[in-house]
Amino acid sequence: MNDGWFAGLDPGDGDAAARRIREGSAPEPADWPGLAVESGFADDEADYYDRLREATLAATRAAVTERERADDQQLVHAVRAMDDCERTANELAERAAEWAGALFDEAGSGVDGARAVAERDPDTAAERRAVSLAERVVDLADETEELERFIEETAPAVAPNLAEMAGPVLASRLMALAGGLKPLARKPSGTVQVLGAEDALFAHLAGRAPSPKHGIIYTHDYVRGTRPEDRGSAARAFAGKLAIAARIDHYSGDYRPDLHEELRERMAAIRARADDGTENAEGGDDE
Amino acid sequence: MSEESGDGALPAGVERRTFDGERRLATRGKPVYGEPTDGAWRAWDAGRSKLGAMIASGMDVGLSGGETVLYLGAASGTTVSHVADFAGPTYAVEFAPRPVRDLLDAAADRDRLFPLLKDARKPDTYAHVVESDVDAVVQDVATRGQADVAVRNAQFLADDGRLLLAVKARSEDVTADPADVFEDVLGTLTDAYEVLETARLEPYHEDHLGVVATPDRSE
Ligand SMILES: C[S@@+](CC[C@H](N)C(=O)[O-])C[C@H]1O[C@@H](n2cnc3c(N)ncnc32)[C@H](O)[C@@H]1O
Repeated sequence: MNDGWFAGLDPGDGDAAARRIREGSAPEPADWPGLAVESGFADDEADYYDRLREATLAATRAAVTERERADDQQLVHAVRAMDDCERTANELAERAAEWAGALFDEAGSGVDGARAVAERDPDTAAERRAVSLAERVVDLADETEELERFIEETAPAVAPNLAEMAGPVLASRLMALAGGLKPLARKPSGTVQVLGAEDALFAHLAGRAPSPKHGIIYTHDYVRGTRPEDRGSAARAFAGKLAIAARIDHYSGDYRPDLHEELRERMAAIRARADDGTENAEGGDDE
Repeated sequence: MSEESGDGALPAGVERRTFDGERRLATRGKPVYGEPTDGAWRAWDAGRSKLGAMIASGMDVGLSGGETVLYLGAASGTTVSHVADFAGPTYAVEFAPRPVRDLLDAAADRDRLFPLLKDARKPDTYAHVVESDVDAVVQDVATRGQADVAVRNAQFLADDGRLLLAVKARSEDVTADPADVFEDVLGTLTDAYEVLETARLEPYHEDHLGVVATPDRSE
């Protein structure tokens, strides 16, 4: 059934209208203004649009308030769970592969190997267990992907600038390492730069190692994809903008295109050093 | 590339006017983002608006004023507020709650701008609200899978309607050559559209491609 938001609605019931806008759906659009007039929901097209305006304003106002409470903590849980699922899947995959190798002729390794084993028809009790184990591996690997999809959908709503700048997964990891968006927004950029490198940092503070140049942000192409002698500058510039992004996301939530533009320019400048063979005076001109 | 190069006919309700000694696009409406005004007119900053840049650089966007528009990626309403100033009923879809707070303010001052907190990748969640046969789908979502979003929303367009799409290369792949990204995006678009015109949006927006397309319903 392809119904518009107003189908069967009492024109005077604003709450119900707003709820329909928020929660309804339809397989495809239709000539809603025409149908609304035809069904007597609205007197004419102008009246329909007036009602639609009331309903969308009310629905969207309510949805915004509710979603703003949808929080960073869900992302923190999700990204931790994703990492656990992935690690566990890989560990179990090894065990499953070892077992399958003893039972079947050809058994590949890793999660892909487990996927192949999970497809088999077991004949013996031992094979049944080995195949079943492989199925758990596949489930975990699938759950990892589902969690990643959830993170990709949720992070831009919770932290639009951070998600755009770092990508949804790294943005969530940074929030997880800091304990949430608010604590992340309060960290100076030097701390953001080494989040995830706590072990190396303690070793440094104890006088046992040089200071780490980057933590988890190393996984981003801005850092990893920059030649080693410029990585410190890249990490510093990236962390500086990430810290600002976290503050904007926490305090205002506006998407700020300029911020992303500035970072891209800064990164392009750092990478250009490699092209013109400029010697990098480490720590020279960076913020 | 000069600011005056655009001589594609402007939609009714959009004019080139002088603000602080500079010729800029303008529409009539309540100010939204601190833009300069001149009487009832407010400057439409092409540097902050991809559609503004497409129009300013003379692309044939096929708008004449009064159209029904579906706008995807409305953010805080910078561009869609100008669209609502000169177009007819304007549906504004945005999925991030916080910018929508500002979008609500822009909508409160305009009687045919309908804000929707929805995900543009899931058109079925607003197909019960947005009407069929809209004249234009304007899209500026700047996230991965931009072409796919446009394909999924083709169902809202009239046969002779226009997709006015801004593609941001970096949203697809930070490291790839923008030209390759644009080629990929245009390839995906052909699943549902015939591309009529493309142009890079420099100097207004770096590594962005403006695309004008029309639904391809040949099958
Ligand atoms: C570059 S900004 C848009 C700026 C706006 N068009 C303007 O000119 O005023 C991109 C916006 O698209 C939104 N966006 C990204 N993916 C989306 C999706 N799947 N559904 C709805 N909005 C999306 C982002 O939250 C962001 O606000």
